Amino acid sequence: MTYLLVIGTRKGLFTARSEDRRTWRVDGPHRLDAADYASMSSVYAVGINPHSGRILAGAESSHFGPSVWYSDDQGATWHEPDKAPIAFPEDTDASFTRAWQFAFGDDADTVYAGVEPHALFRSGDGGLSFELDRALWDHPHHDDWFPGAGGGAIHTILPGLLASGGRAPDAMTVAMSTGGVYQTRDGGGSWKPANRGISAGFLPDEEPEYGQCVHKVAAAPDGVMYAQNHHGVYRSADPAGQGWTAIEKGLPTDFGFAMVTHPGRPTSVLNFPVVSQEVHLPPDNRLAVYRTDDAGDSWQAYVDGLPDDAYFGIVLRDGACTDGADVPGFYFGTRTGDVFAATDDEGTWHQVAAHLPDVLCVRATEV
Amino acid sequence: MRVTVHLPGLLRADAGGAAHVPVEVSDGTQLGGVLDELTTLHPGLDRRIRDEQGQLRRYVNVFVNGDECRAIGGLDAKVPEDADVRLLPSVAGG
Repeated sequence: MTYLLVIGTRKGLFTARSEDRRTWRVDGPHRLDAADYASMSSVYAVGINPHSGRILAGAESSHFGPSVWYSDDQGATWHEPDKAPIAFPEDTDASFTRAWQFAFGDDADTVYAGVEPHALFRSGDGGLSFELDRALWDHPHHDDWFPGAGGGAIHTILPGLLASGGRAPDAMTVAMSTGGVYQTRDGGGSWKPANRGISAGFLPDEEPEYGQCVHKVAAAPDGVMYAQNHHGVYRSADPAGQGWTAIEKGLPTDFGFAMVTHPGRPTSVLNFPVVSQEVHLPPDNRLAVYRTDDAGDSWQAYVDGLPDDAYFGIVLRDGACTDGADVPGFYFGTRTGDVFAATDDEGTWHQVAAHLPDVLCVRATEV
Repeated sequence: MRVTVHLPGLLRADAGGAAHVPVEVSDGTQLGGVLDELTTLHPGLDRRIRDEQGQLRRYVNVFVNGDECRAIGGLDAKVPEDADVRLLPSVAGG
């Protein structure tokens, strides 16, 4: 079995391949476009279509704007559609700034893109062209969503998931900074906020209906969702109904960006604490991952194999993932350009890559 | 009238490798119209130069006979006959 890890950085796209998930061959930055300027672009979003294997990369050139490139040969060659794949309709008076996350539907053609400014796009042709979800764009709350320091974007897309108890094909959960969690039950025809219990200490009303700065939501295989908020870590089996329950007790901080759920064990979740909204550094200047195996009732440091000296790189929203293998591997990259993998249940981390540009996102799969 | 659009190396791949593109436009056409004609000839250039609302990308500079367009009216800048229109990426990034 070969494992492929795709790494989006501030300066281009890298890949790492391994047969055993211990020894990795790192390649990159990949040449996405003919002129090669995209090899120096910021790659905020990478998606690997589980049905087709197509890789999508959302890259943003500071000079020549954003676009979406794709590869159908595991990253060896890259292509860009002739027409801009993501573009806002003229009447929106908005311009596509960057893709923050790709997600995939129940077939190879259905792809979702969460983008900046706050919007959800849907593709029916595997990611070559996208259309704006109008109901979310025209939502009466839209004018109140505002950008956090990282920008105003939809960065979490969970197709088919509304609450625990099974999948619903017309349901979807999205999260945005800032705005919070929204859900649809009718395939994107209408959206409702689902933020009850999540605090927003930066607003006068600390528990508003919407306006929270949710940084990431991850779904467990039983449908329970886990959220890392601007401040606060939460769990919910029913965001729109019962709301969210705080589970940060036992973590060194309640701030962070990334959450990753175990693909086969519903109560196991990884968290990547950051000191605070003012100090984006690892607590105690030590690189540490925390894991719960009881759905957030308790947390344990998960640091074997990580550097034990001072460390200053944090893990961003999509900077961690799993490969979904039978014995799942977990991966994360840091803003100081290191990438680590853990492929055993004891939680021993191994270095995949070092000295890359700052890592913005990682995605992994078996190929 | 004819104007000549000069492309930076990074954009030539979107124009079939051309460094200079002669563009025929009506007398009095403003810069936006010149870019319209340029991107009709080479559609791949448009998204590099302007966003989907038609606004110049922040770090793309367009000089008309040596004047940066933002100082002379932006996309409404006058373009004289035989003008040299030069596209240059701004000094930016790190």
